[in-house]
Amino acid sequence: MDDSELTDRLSRDLDGTFEHLVEAHVDRCFSIALRVLGNPHDAEEVAQDALVRAYRALGGYEPQRIRELRLRAWLATIVVNLCRNRVRRHPVPTTPIEPLVETGREPAASDASDPARIASVAADRERLAGLLATLPDRYRIPVVLRHVDDLSYAELAAVLGRPEGTVKAQVSRGLAMLRAALPANELEELTA
Amino acid sequence: MSTIPAPRPRLSDDLPGGLHDVLATPAPVHVREQVLVDVGLADRMAPIDSPLGTLWVAWNGRGVSEVEQAENGAEAAARHEARTGRRTTIADALPGHLAATIERRLAGETHVRIPLDLRGRTEFEVAVWTKALEIPAGEVRPYGWIAAEIGRPKAVRAVGTALGHNPIPLIVPCHRVVRTDGHIGQYSLGGPQNKRTILAAEGADPEGLEGLARAGIRYVGSDTTRIFCLPTCHDARRVTDRHLQRFHSSGEASDAGYRPCKHCRPLGAVGAA
Repeated sequence: MDDSELTDRLSRDLDGTFEHLVEAHVDRCFSIALRVLGNPHDAEEVAQDALVRAYRALGGYEPQRIRELRLRAWLATIVVNLCRNRVRRHPVPTTPIEPLVETGREPAASDASDPARIASVAADRERLAGLLATLPDRYRIPVVLRHVDDLSYAELAAVLGRPEGTVKAQVSRGLAMLRAALPANELEELTA
Repeated sequence: MSTIPAPRPRLSDDLPGGLHDVLATPAPVHVREQVLVDVGLADRMAPIDSPLGTLWVAWNGRGVSEVEQAENGAEAAARHEARTGRRTTIADALPGHLAATIERRLAGETHVRIPLDLRGRTEFEVAVWTKALEIPAGEVRPYGWIAAEIGRPKAVRAVGTALGHNPIPLIVPCHRVVRTDGHIGQYSLGGPQNKRTILAAEGADPEGLEGLARAGIRYVGSDTTRIFCLPTCHDARRVTDRHLQRFHSSGEASDAGYRPCKHCRPLGAVGAA
């Protein structure tokens, strides 16, 4: 079910449709929170809280407003705001002290059964996630939304409440910082 | 022969997939389930101890949604799913705060507020159940008392029906509502014997109540305060035998110069079936 069908059905039957929204968006909400906050425990809480808030908000919206929602950007906004509140309450160190622990499944790959390949993907992920965690918020959040969540720049501008030109510059600056931190050969493997 | 220089890294905006493939991570399955439970679109069920043995309590983010007597959790969950249409999973125990609230409530603390999920129930049913929640442990009230208290004095039979449909027995204490003639009456959670068991566990003395009923005693009063009460009212139970007066009707009490108690409000019980 795509988002326009989802919003259409949500506007007519919130309780009968909400589970489909959760199915379609919970992984995104979790990934954004995980890469912004840097730890899976907080990310689970934020993803959960964001979806519960979304349900309550939808319950108070007129059907017309639900149909016009741009779900991806709307949910990302809720997640990012919750992440920011949490960071304000418990500031994360700019350099991760402990290695990042992963809770999710490995992404499906054609050669998923090859242990060396799995180990290499996990190592890449840990290194990249660690580097991402060292970026300042104003670069990390745009990079996560653009490159982990794949939002368009228009959506990004809406989520962050900044002009498109600003978020483009922030993404590009964030990527440059990652590029500078990664040895060239590793980056090639990651992005090849 | 010189080595070929490594190609420029390609972490660029043209290739956002590089980060997505490596850094997008599926949410653990329990996150989805917890969201649905929190918003009240799925339920959990866990066992509690009671005077009737193990009971199964269903709940979601809106509150407690059902109490079931069942052989095991699977049977309880299957019945709950069939009734509510919500997916129900078995948990080891209730969340700590909910368990503590239920425990205090069952121990007789009437001021403890328990969130209840009564979606889909009629306004009348909810009014009846909410009123039943006010009856303290160890005391009973007639069906007619509930009807009068909720402003529907003629709806005594409907009150009985609503109590019979109480989805949250024990916590919503429909067992504390008895027939106006003093007999114990029916009970949805396994029949009248269970009702006796629970009332006895709460200190309400069901045999004593039925003895009074057989003797036609509806009210008791104190000749020192000249106030009359329902027999189980905590004020009536403090009256010593020497001062205790027994009445067959409210008229008899009024004629003797007694006024109704402001705690148990016995006049609500007048004229009930």
